Amino acid sequence: MNRIIQWIDERLPIVQAYEKHLSKYYAPKNFNFLYFFGSLSLFVLINQIITGIWLTMSYNPTAEGAFASVEYIMRDVEYGWLLRYLHSTGASAFFVVVYLHMFRGLMYGSYKKPRELVWIFGMTIYLCLMAEAFLGYLLPWGQMSYWGAQVIVSLFGAIPVIGDGLTQWIRGDYLISGITLNRFFALHVIALPIVILGLVVLHLLALHEVGSNNPDGIEIKKKTDEYGRPLDGIPFHPYYTVHDLVALVIFLFVFCVVVFYFPEMGGYFIEKPNFEPANPLKTPVHIAPVWYFTPFYAMLRAVTIPFLGLSAKFWGVVVMGAAIAILFVLPWLDRSPVKSIRYKGWLSKIWLAIFAVSFVILGICGALPANEQPDWLAPLCTVLYFAFFILMPWYSKFEKTKPVPERVTG
Amino acid sequence: MKQLLIRLMFMMLPVTAWAAGGAGVALDSFDVDIHDKASLQRGVQLYTNYCLGCHSLGHSRYERVANDLGIPNELYEQNLIFTGAKIGELMHSAMPATEAAAWFGTPPPDLTLVARLRGADWLYTYLRAFYQDERRPWGVNNSIFPDVGMPHVLVGLQGMCAEEPKFGKPTIDPLTGQILEGAGCQKYVYQGSMTPAEYDRAMKDLVNFLVYVGEPSRLQAERIAPYVLGFLVILFVFVYLLNREYWKDVH
Repeated sequence: MNRIIQWIDERLPIVQAYEKHLSKYYAPKNFNFLYFFGSLSLFVLINQIITGIWLTMSYNPTAEGAFASVEYIMRDVEYGWLLRYLHSTGASAFFVVVYLHMFRGLMYGSYKKPRELVWIFGMTIYLCLMAEAFLGYLLPWGQMSYWGAQVIVSLFGAIPVIGDGLTQWIRGDYLISGITLNRFFALHVIALPIVILGLVVLHLLALHEVGSNNPDGIEIKKKTDEYGRPLDGIPFHPYYTVHDLVALVIFLFVFCVVVFYFPEMGGYFIEKPNFEPANPLKTPVHIAPVWYFTPFYAMLRAVTIPFLGLSAKFWGVVVMGAAIAILFVLPWLDRSPVKSIRYKGWLSKIWLAIFAVSFVILGICGALPANEQPDWLAPLCTVLYFAFFILMPWYSKFEKTKPVPERVTG
Repeated sequence: MKQLLIRLMFMMLPVTAWAAGGAGVALDSFDVDIHDKASLQRGVQLYTNYCLGCHSLGHSRYERVANDLGIPNELYEQNLIFTGAKIGELMHSAMPATEAAAWFGTPPPDLTLVARLRGADWLYTYLRAFYQDERRPWGVNNSIFPDVGMPHVLVGLQGMCAEEPKFGKPTIDPLTGQILEGAGCQKYVYQGSMTPAEYDRAMKDLVNFLVYVGEPSRLQAERIAPYVLGFLVILFVFVYLLNREYWKDVH
């Protein structure tokens, strides 16, 4: 065994890579449960790729055959139902773990210098993930697949001058059709997974270059022993591999309860209208995106006033785009001398809480029909969402922070 | 560790909390039981005799239904396949779609997934909501699905309801104890071969069957699930101890 490793290592530095990324990658010893969601995201990504490959073997990407082929997978393919539910539940689980992973970053300032690139690669993954989920949602070719795609693609039509041509170019047709389904299939199974995998590699390489942040927001590399090992660091393998394993089993338990007993999750993971085949002549009464898009959908609907001669829809799209774009520049908005929320002032704490609550309320607003909610609620939460970012350069700079300890506090 | 579990559970909460909601007309509800084979067998019998002539179960195969419901294949072929189809085929109706559209205004939809689309309560109420209405082409209307294109196929069993039935929680006159509205049909133009109680039970069987056929994998999923979850619980003990062993020397 050792000779085989040696033989390979002389030709490819596998030992060096193993040490750099696992056995000698020193991670802070004070990670809390919020630090599980990075490795869980990776696990869910692998689940999506493997189940996706097997689903592709029986799926038929045509307007005539797509819906029936999904039911064929559900009934006639051995354990096809399990593959499909693992994939559909996995999509929602991906967003659950990614949202928590991102919120962890916000709380402990993991986006701050020197981790700006880690954050930007992560945000790009999130952006690609949204595109991947949107493209995949068309594939079952149910009513909500069809009309959801119709609504989202039509958003590009709000862009002045080029809008109409652009939507037609995206659809490849005058309406969502089999041609659209085919290209969405290609993008969903090849183009975006490759980009996402590449970005995950970059995300991890950039992280391992600068080292992990921790709940105290302390750079553990500043205090090292005589061998240059961080005093507050422990090797990722075996300490965090066995640690993450515990989290993985707990996650899998919850995940499997959903997969085996509640795959529709009350209509939030698989929407009920999607049990009816796509019908271009019949618009559903209430078109709601899947839950992970609802906060942004609520922002889109929150803008109702035309401005500068451009439609409200256009400004809605701008707001929605800005809501995601602003996350990219977050590292340069935060002027606080400390990283972690533990040592920031009360203004930062309050604003982070307001941000989190607004995001959740926006999510609920986006899932409900427009007439079943107070019409001021979504606009207010949209304003608060942006205020968290736009006011950050001031409140993070001028608030009184607490002294940061020299060593991690456990 | 306990704290961690509780935290994880709370994180799942927002997702489940949204799952409630969704209103509309008042519906009657009943407890679906796809493990009640006798009920499912009566259900498939009703479906084959009264529904399959027009409504395909185009994603489901006869053989799968026969096997899942514990009906011997030969018996099923002799009594429950009218189209000359082989037992391994999909359950298509014999009615040509184009002519069906001419007869009913719209072709009768495929019902394989209707229970997942509409829900069991909606179906159970809908099937008991027909009433006489001479303005409609078939002389019947439906209080849950106004101006439905479907005739009351089960009128021979239920009888013809004289006035629009209401469902959900019944309103009762506190003085006389009389039911004012709700609780289904109160007055019949003519009786069917079943009493209202028998008809309700038959509709429960029928909807039970539709719930089953919407997701036959549910039977298999619920059979496997305890083993999967049990394995994870045992695995948890080992990974928990493994983690504790390694982390002993971290201070």
